[in-house]
Amino acid sequence: MSGFFKSSIGRKVAMALSAFFLMFFLLQHLAINILSVLSPDTFNEVSHFMGTNPLVQFALQPVLIFAVVFHFVMGFVLELRNSKARKVSYAKNNGAANSSWMSRNMIWSGITILAFIGLHFVDFWFPEINTKFIQGDWSGTMEGIEGFRYHEELVHKFANPLRVGAYAFCFVLLGLHLAHGFTSAFQSMGGTAGRKKTLQNIGKAYAIIIPAGFIFIAIYHHLNH
Amino acid sequence: MNLTLKIWRQVDAKDKGKMVDYKVTEISGSMSFLEMMDVLNEQLVNAGEQPVAFDHDCREGICGMCSMYINGEAHGPDRGVTTCQLHMRMFKDGDTITIEPWRAGAFPVVKDLVVDRSAFDRIQHAGGYISVNTSGNTQDANAIPISKQAADTAMDAATCIGCGACVATCKNSSAMLFVGAKVSQYALLPQGQVEAADRVRNMVAQMDLEGFGNCTNTGACEVECPKGISLDNIARMNRELMKASI
Ligand code: HEM
Ligand code: SF4
Ligand code: FES
Repeated sequence: MSGFFKSSIGRKVAMALSAFFLMFFLLQHLAINILSVLSPDTFNEVSHFMGTNPLVQFALQPVLIFAVVFHFVMGFVLELRNSKARKVSYAKNNGAANSSWMSRNMIWSGITILAFIGLHFVDFWFPEINTKFIQGDWSGTMEGIEGFRYHEELVHKFANPLRVGAYAFCFVLLGLHLAHGFTSAFQSMGGTAGRKKTLQNIGKAYAIIIPAGFIFIAIYHHLNH
Repeated sequence: MNLTLKIWRQVDAKDKGKMVDYKVTEISGSMSFLEMMDVLNEQLVNAGEQPVAFDHDCREGICGMCSMYINGEAHGPDRGVTTCQLHMRMFKDGDTITIEPWRAGAFPVVKDLVVDRSAFDRIQHAGGYISVNTSGNTQDANAIPISKQAADTAMDAATCIGCGACVATCKNSSAMLFVGAKVSQYALLPQGQVEAADRVRNMVAQMDLEGFGNCTNTGACEVECPKGISLDNIARMNRELMKASI
């Protein structure tokens, strides 16, 4: 089995497995965030649960961090190895004739998502870690805010139009990453034979709905703060 | 028609090589691409110059020898054809055509447009065969029934001619379409079952050793493959390797 993950196909499978976890995480994240539009109170309750539940904090969160780090490190490793596999490049190459832009530029959409993750950490994750693990405040409340603080903080962040713009841009690139990535992950797992069309359609829907949902939430809070 | 050709010239494996411009005139649309190259070479020989070296043999799309990267595409702009089957009617009078060898670290250039594809042979030697002894005691062909679907899918995989267009066109120089086809043609038939696990393990190991890149499922190979080998064969190879590893 250890030999398997050292093979080219093993690396593909590992990449796909981390991607599956990330895609499941995004679905879950969007489902919770959409509550901030539908019902601020429920959003606060769920956020508090996710932010303080030991299973989420000490089991799922480390797995998520591992998956993200593994995915982009492996992404860079594969990209590097693959570009080294062709020592002299073509004088004329017509990639558009046989493959999609998305499939040829996974590294660039990936780097944009990575930049977004950096911004997102500075915006939300680092402050949370600071409040909870350094200051030891697990109450989920804040002075001057009635009830839980999460909804208030979220809305406050999206007051800045530059942040909303940056979020929207990155999410469009996430959509492009997923437009290729979704079916690609299934193909890597050896699972597309016979179900190609269905998977492609689900992939397209996923790649549109997820980013569009996040963009909608950011704009909604920007306009309603 | 009259054409300008930009062709990769390289004296030997060590030479740095460069693109050189040539002109050919009165090319008929009914000529094949290789016949157009013959016209050019005749011209060069008559002028006392070295003809352009290129691989070819059957000139009817079955041997897999011809291999030119034409205007940025393996085997040129047409679909489902090898370079020898490509007609000059795909081009217009006055066109400039760029002609390069397959580019991949695992396919080093030997001379001009000729590359060394023995990496494919070594992958085949690693497992692309069956060891069933068929001489003398051949059993009846119908003794082991094989479904029509399995036979057809195996035959589709077996039509791969080992030309290497999949590697040449892949942005990662990955050989997975070729190896996927070679694994699949046996994986689907009873004859292939005995050595199935070793076959896929050894062929993939050899493929990695040769320095081919890693497939990222762009699908370019499937589009450019002259035999229409499907990506399903790569998925099947992935499944076979997973099965062989647990
Ligand atoms: C939440 C964020 C992300 C999600 C949901 C995601 C999703 C995916 C999916 C589904 C695939 C296809 C996997 C496969 O073909 O087996 C993929 C591939 C890839 N991802 Fe991501 N990704 C994310 C973040 C990133 C980041 C930050 C990078 C940073 C460079 C990145 C770089 C790549 C690359 C280079 C590939 C192509 C590798 C290959 O196909 O083998 N991704 N991603
Ligand atoms: S899979 Fe297609 S492109 Fe690749 S070697 Fe076989 S016939 Fe040529
Ligand atoms: S020369 Fe045989 S396939 Fe083209």
